[in-house]
Order: sequence, then C-alpha cells, then structure tokens
Amino acid sequence: MAISVKPKASDPESFLEEGSDQTIAPKGTVEVEWISLSQGQLIWRRFRQSHMALIGMIVLIILYLGMLLCEFLSPYLLGTRFTENIFQPPTLPRWVNAQGQFHVRPFIYRYDRKVNRETLEMTYTPDTSKIVPIYFFVEGEPYKLWGLVPTKIHLFGTKDKNAPIFIWGSDRQGRDLFTRCLYGSRVSLTIGLAGVFLTIIFGSVLGMTSGYYGGLIDDFMQRLSELLMSIPHIPLWMALAAIVPVNWPPLRVYLGITIILSLLSWGGLARQLRGKTLSLREEGYTLAAKAAGGGDWWVISRHLIPNNASHIIVVATLAIPGMILAETALSFLGLGIRQPMTSWGVLLEEAQNIKIIILNPWLLIPAFLVILTVLGYNFLGDGLRDAVDPYSR
Amino acid sequence: MIAIQPTSQDDRMVVEVKDLVVHFQVLQGRVPAVNGVSISIQRGKTLGVVGESGCGKSVTGLAIMRLLPTPPAELVRGEIIFHRQSTGQVIDIMQLYPQSAEMRSIRGNDIAMIFQEPMTSLTPAYTIGEQIMEAIVLHQNVGKREARQRAIQMLDRVGMPQPSRNVDTYPHQLSGGMLQRAMIAAALSCQPGLLIADEPTTALDVTTAAQILDLMGHLQEEMGMAIMHVSHNLGVIAEVADDVAVMYLGRIVEQSSVDDLFYNPKHPYTQGLMHSIPNIGQRQRLEPIRGVVPEPDAIPKGCAFAPRCPQYSRSTCPPIPPPSVTVGPGHEVCCYLYSTPGA
Amino acid sequence: MVNFIIRRAVHATFMIFLISIVIFLVITLPPGDYLTARVAELERQGSRNAMQQLAGLRERYGLDQPLYIQYWRWVSRFVVGDFGDSFDYNRPVAALIGDSLLLTIILSVSTMIIAWGLAIPIGVYSATHKYSLGDQFFTVLSFIGLAMPGFLLALILMVVSVYVFNSPIGGLFSPGMVEQPWSIAKVVDLVRHLWVPILLIGLGGTAEMMRVMRGNLLDVLGRQYVQSARARGLREPVVIWKHAVRTAINPIISMFGTAFPYIVSGSIIISIVLGLPTSGPLLLRALRVQDMYLAGTFLLLLSLMLVIGNFIADLLLAWVDPRITYE
Repeated sequence: MAISVKPKASDPESFLEEGSDQTIAPKGTVEVEWISLSQGQLIWRRFRQSHMALIGMIVLIILYLGMLLCEFLSPYLLGTRFTENIFQPPTLPRWVNAQGQFHVRPFIYRYDRKVNRETLEMTYTPDTSKIVPIYFFVEGEPYKLWGLVPTKIHLFGTKDKNAPIFIWGSDRQGRDLFTRCLYGSRVSLTIGLAGVFLTIIFGSVLGMTSGYYGGLIDDFMQRLSELLMSIPHIPLWMALAAIVPVNWPPLRVYLGITIILSLLSWGGLARQLRGKTLSLREEGYTLAAKAAGGGDWWVISRHLIPNNASHIIVVATLAIPGMILAETALSFLGLGIRQPMTSWGVLLEEAQNIKIIILNPWLLIPAFLVILTVLGYNFLGDGLRDAVDPYSR
Repeated sequence: MIAIQPTSQDDRMVVEVKDLVVHFQVLQGRVPAVNGVSISIQRGKTLGVVGESGCGKSVTGLAIMRLLPTPPAELVRGEIIFHRQSTGQVIDIMQLYPQSAEMRSIRGNDIAMIFQEPMTSLTPAYTIGEQIMEAIVLHQNVGKREARQRAIQMLDRVGMPQPSRNVDTYPHQLSGGMLQRAMIAAALSCQPGLLIADEPTTALDVTTAAQILDLMGHLQEEMGMAIMHVSHNLGVIAEVADDVAVMYLGRIVEQSSVDDLFYNPKHPYTQGLMHSIPNIGQRQRLEPIRGVVPEPDAIPKGCAFAPRCPQYSRSTCPPIPPPSVTVGPGHEVCCYLYSTPGA
Repeated sequence: MVNFIIRRAVHATFMIFLISIVIFLVITLPPGDYLTARVAELERQGSRNAMQQLAGLRERYGLDQPLYIQYWRWVSRFVVGDFGDSFDYNRPVAALIGDSLLLTIILSVSTMIIAWGLAIPIGVYSATHKYSLGDQFFTVLSFIGLAMPGFLLALILMVVSVYVFNSPIGGLFSPGMVEQPWSIAKVVDLVRHLWVPILLIGLGGTAEMMRVMRGNLLDVLGRQYVQSARARGLREPVVIWKHAVRTAINPIISMFGTAFPYIVSGSIIISIVLGLPTSGPLLLRALRVQDMYLAGTFLLLLSLMLVIGNFIADLLLAWVDPRITYE
C-alpha cells in the first residue's frame, strides 16, 4: 500500500532526532486556512478593519500636507489685503461664461462692489465682460518656503491685481480666507501635538510614578489632579489665558497657551496610567522582573513603559482633539493666540458678531475645518484603540 | 419539542454526544476546535475529559450547554442527545435554539455547569443568596420566601458555614473555596441530572481543592447525578473519574475506564502523559512529550499526534485520521497501532 | 455607610478650601488689578484723566492691602454668604450672579439627566448588537457628537436658523420674559427654549457616556459571571440588564462626576455664543478686568457645584457597588 506523503521540509523520521524541538510534519488539513502573524501585523490587520479609522487617517494626512505646503498652496500671503474687496463672497472657478462658451482653463470674473447708501449693505456683482483666467504654478508674491527657500511660485492665482481669487471668500480686511485658513492650520494643527506631547510627559511620568510608588507620593498626586479636575476647565482656562501678558510676542503666547492647556489635561492621563500601573505593579511580570534583580527604574522603563505604550499612544491620539478645541475656544473668545499669528479659532473670532456671519456665512468655514480635524483624530484614535487591544474582538 | 428515538437502550444514559464538530472563525482563519467528538455520560458516574490547553475539552462542555456564541463559533455537525429522567423525554440539543424556552429549561435545571475561576463566577453586585434564588425561582416555580429557604439548605449541603448568614454576603467577601461552594450550590439548586465541571479546582489551593472534590463526590452520591469533569490535571482525574476520555487537538484519542487508562494506556499520547507524571518516592527522570502542540496551519492531515509520536512510522500511519478501535471492554483508541489502515 | 459619608464630606470641604486659594491666585496673579485694567480701558476709550478719577477707589476696594488680607476678606465673608460687591457694576455680586447661576444650574442638571437617559439604553444596545447596522450608526453618531464642539455647532445652528426659520434661535426666554419674576408661564417659556442649548451642550457628554457604556458593557459581557448567569438558564434580557449592565454601570455613575464639569464648561461657552442670560458673558468680562469678587465668587460657586456633584456621584456609586463601602 504505497501512500505518497510529501513531507514539508525534511524526512518525518528526522524529528525523532535528539534535541529537535520544532515539529516538522506533513502540512495542512482540509478544513483549516491559517496564517501565522506577528503582533505588529495583527495590529495593522485589526486597524484595517475599521473603515472609519482609515478615512480619519487619510483626512488627517491631507490636512497636514496642506499645512506643510501652505505657503505654496495659497494664492496670496498671510497679510495680503485687497481693500476694495472686503467681505467678498467666494469666487468659484467657472468653465462656462455668460455667453455660454466653454473654456478649458477655469476662470473667474472681476467683481464690482456697490454699497447701498441707505442700508449700508454691500453687494458684489460680476463683470461678465471680461474673463480672468486662473493660472497654475503662477508667479505671485515672493515668500520663503518653510522659511528657507525663496520663491515666487504659487499653486494657482490670477495675474490680475484687480480681480483677486477668493475661493473661500474674503474677510473684513479683504484678506483671502483660503490663504488664512491654510496659514492658520499651522497653529491649529500643531498646538494639539505640542500640547499632547507635554501632557504625555507630565501625565505618564507622574501617573506611573504615582501608581508605582504609592503611599504619600500617590496621595499627593491624587489630591492635586482631583483639585484641578474640580474647577471647571473652560473658566479656568479663561482665567489662565487672561494671565498671559498682552505685550508678549505671538510665539511666546503660543507656547504659553500650550503649556496652560497641557497643565490641565495631564490629570486625566495621569489618573488612567496610575490605575493601570497600580494593577500592573502586582502583575506577574513585574514581580518576575524584580525577582530577576531589576531595580525600580529598570522595571519601569523596560516593562511598565512598553506595556503602557500602546495605551499612551491611544490616549494621546484621543486627547489631541480636545487640545485643538480648547485652543479654538480660547482664541474664539479672544484669549488665545494673538495676531498676527493666526489659527482657525482666531479666524472665527472675527466672525463672532452674529449679524456679520449671517451676511457672510463663508466666514464659518474654519469651524468646519476644526470639526473635520477633530473627527479625523477621533476616528483614528478609536481605530487604534481597538487595534491595539488584543482582546477587543 | 424535538423528540427522537433513543438509540441507546441504557436508561442510565444522560447525555450522548455523537460526532460533534465545532468551528471557530477568527482573524487568522478558521479553526476546528472540536473535530468529531463522541462521548456518553451516565447517571451516577463521572466522565473525566482530560487534555492539554486548547484541545477542545472546554468547548465540548460549552457546546452541550449551548453557551457558545455563534459567531465566532459554529456547530457544524453532530448530535447531542439528552435523556431527561423525570419525564423520559429524549431531546437532541443540537436542534434547539440556544435562547429558546426549551433550551433554557434544560440549562441550569437539568444540566448545570460550574467554571474555573471562583472569584469572578458570581456577579459582584448581588449577594450569593440572590443569585442562587434566581435559578430556584425560575426553574422550580416557587415564591421568594421558599426559594430563600431552599437556598440556605443548599448552602448547608455544600458545607458553607453559617448558611443563614452567609446567604446574604457578597462574592467579594468570600474566599475562593467558599465561592466555589456557592457556585456549586447555585448550580445544583435545581437537582440537575448532569453537572459539567470545567476545571473547578484548578484555581484553588490543594487543600481546598481536595475539599471541593470530596463535596462533589458526596453530592453526586446523594443526588445520583452524572458529572462531566473537564481537567488538565491527571491527578484530579484519577481521583474522581469513573471513565476517562483523552482529547488532543479536538479529537478523542482514547476512552476507557479510569483504571484501564492509568494501568493500561494504549495510545502513545496517553502513554506519554502517564510518563510525565512525577511519582512521589521514585527518583526518575521526567519524560516530557517531545515537541509542542502545533499551530492550526501545521496540523497534519492524518493522525493529529503523528509529529510528536515516538511510534509514528510512514508505513503504519497514513495521512487519514485513524478510526476508533475497541481494544478492550469499554476501551477505545484512535491509533493505527491497533488497526490496519484502510480496514 | 455613615462613616463613609462623613469622610467624603470632610474631604469635599477641604477641597473647596484649596480650590478657593487656587482661584484667588489665578485671578489676582496677572500684573495689575481691577483698577489698572479699568484705567487702561478708559484710556482706550479716550478719557484723559482716568487715573485721577479712580484714585480714591483703590483704598475703598481694599486693593492696596497685601494679598493674603484680600484673600481672607473674601473667603471669610463668602462662607457666611456675603459675596461682596462687584467693582465693575458696583452692585452686590449675589444680585448679579443670582439668576444667571440658577439658570446655569438648571441648564447643566437637565442636560445631565437627558444625557444619561439617552446614553445608557443606546450604549447597552450598541454593546449587545456589536457591529450591527444599528451599532455602526450610533457609533458614527457618537463620534460626530464627541467631535462636534458645542460652540461651533451653536454658531452653525444660529446661521442656519436665520436662513431657514428666518428668526435667530438662542436666548432662554422669549423677549420680555427675562426680567419678569418667576411664574408658571416663565417656567414654561424656559422649558420651550431649553431644548436647543441642552442639545448643543449635551451632545458631547451623551456621546462620551454612550461610548463608555458600550465599552464597559463589552468588557463585562466577557466576564465569567455573565456566562454563569446564562448557565443557570436565565433569559438573555435578564442576564444582560440585571447582571451585566448593573455591574458595568458603575463607571458611568462616577462619570457623573467627570461629565458634569464638562457640561458646566460647555454651558458657559455656549451661553456666550448664544447670548443666554447665564454665567458665560458675565464671567468673561469679570475675568478680563479682574473684577475680583465677581470673578472669584463665580468660579468658586461653579467649583462648589462640581465638588457637590462629585460628592453625590460618590454616594451613588457606594450605593450601587457594594464593594466600595468596604474599603
């Protein structure tokens, strides 16, 4: 009875040899399809399962790319004003002109402003006699890309100084909102990262130390974070932000605000990490590490931190939106970032008057950008959290 | 109600499992956790199910109780035949919906289950008395006052000190041993015909474990119930079982009475297990079974144990799962050493 | 249990005391004080001799005293209910804050109740029907709720309402009702207007609680005792609600302590946007000009609300979870 069996690597008899721990056997059963995956691969696989997380990640990548290339992508500079074109509605690109002709190159019209003498209302009417083409990679005002490379090339623009292109409209000083949103993203998108970075450092160190050592240190830390959590945050932020002196340069204000924001949020992270560390302290591998002769710091850095790392990453990702919202709120109230630095919150401050917004609703666009960013981070963070937890399914 | 003709004339039969196959769908693929298991459990006797972690013994127990969540589990085929003593009904549990009133009247009432971790086996928010009474009120249709009395009686029977006081304690106030007794009280409060015990003493210290095993033995005698005792501990099995089924990778490799298993093991895996038990008093080198349990994608086509079997040979063992062979009264093995391939 | 309550009460009182110090420091820390801010303001508005105008006031307001004396004056009177006078409005703080604080409380508490009432059932449903269509729908909804900053939503809603309904939303009362003394009609009017701010403020809190409920319940559903309950033959709804939810709900109750501040904060900023007669706008100005009694009392009262809220949450938690009192 010759039954042909094709062993996988070596002769089946070979596993009778001394010292071979690995089993080599004729492979596969009919019922099972199985692949071995590493931990990292498993995490990526689980992450991929969440469609929303992938979408969030893509949206964020787009936003951050926009931020990095903001000088190139905007048709104008941050402070460029067109005093004849204040509060102009968005000038969207067209392809068909008033006479029905199709143009391959998109264009806009020049707009004339008329002020109604009685109501002081402004209306803009397009001058359809002359099309103003939109050019790409056009030469505009000079700037330095990332502060280093001097150039004049912008992604798009018109060559006509009297017909500026405002794809998102203009504000009360005639500045292009699209440009200002792009420049504003530099603050809005980074303050979250900076703040959270600080928060992680404060929160993890304090939280893990507190949980690990327990006793007085722990008690004190507990009281402190409880204290901070018992004062309503927004009023406290408002109070702290009011402390920042009026005469500080904008960059220092930026740093000050970042520190203020993270001061109040480390409490939450610290508390969570403290709880985790407390339970991990009693876990098998901590005691085993100690039994192997590890000192406290060695145990913390080589065992506690790696095990908490994924949790920290997830919490950080989910904390960023909070920071962004906080900065936006503060700037919106006039307590945050100061001019000429701009963020999406600052842009919204200029829109605070309800009458102005009603007449010029495009001024709310920065709000949508904030929402988009926050949503993106939330989806990403949630997907990460599910992917990192090995028991989530 | 699904009734079928009893295939076994033995009216001491409580549960018969025939060719049970259960698959699990997980991220990496599909696993046959139980791969053609047939066992039978009789009134008044204890069937020990022994095997390494992951061999499918717990899943078998959960399948009988229909407690497997269906995704990711799938009961692919097989029969689980339950003989209800009180009414003489014979029911195929596989045919019932897990949440149907019928299945729920079996679960906790005719077939009960206790689990491994006593510390988390009862809900922390309620007293143990409340949880025992729950089942009594549900299955035996009595009022709260009567149920409380029965709960106290039950606690007494399981050896809980001061039952009328402890009936009002919360799980976190009791030690592991006490909790396991409470668990048993809750499970047996309705006098089931079968108790499935899934590693009930694994999490207990040796002394407490001995007490619990003792208790279970007494209760079995008093109530005449069957016990399916799942464990990876051969010592425990030797102590409590009348018959034993040895499982490996979802299949039963040997079934026999407990004496036959320990004194006359036939399957190389069983033999390996026996050799790896330390014998007090004898100075001998421990002989572990070489190799490790393979990942699901490395499971061989024929006998699952082949890669680790010291008696494997290509001529004797074809890549087809070996059929079950009777080698003695009540003693069956799945091994080509005792049968000819193709026979 | 009584022991527990006393301990928590003492703890809370101590907290308030510490908080009052922190608040006082935060308000008085910026260089200058109310008078310097006022002078700056007046000068910005064109007044020439602001300094002289306000010279005599410094002594009257006690702003020339060292900090700890100012603190003591404030705190010692606060505990007997004398909240002092506002520098800015020259009226008793109590009168200024009174109504608006009451409204803040009403707004926050009702938002809390509604948030709970929605979050728990939805969270339970989401957990028990994990990855189903309903769960996915609620998950996306909760994300949007979590991410949607209330005040931005308020802005958007205001604009939309003008375009769609031709009238601005916002305000807690119909015009003319604000100054009226409290009556049934006023209460009814309030309720009719309340739902918009509640929606805006509560969205985030509801979403978060729903996520937590779902997460916790999923955790609990994997525990042994849930399986044990099923093994005893209990009906699935009983297993879920009586055993799983009851155990999983503990963190939600302690969230009462953490979500509440979030809601109070949210109500402040939303009220600024919507122009509600609650604390927001008042507080903002007070902070800006360092109107010590007004701002300080305001913040302290808000913190008091939080501490009391936490206290109640602790009590509730102890009542629900038998493990707590045995610490």
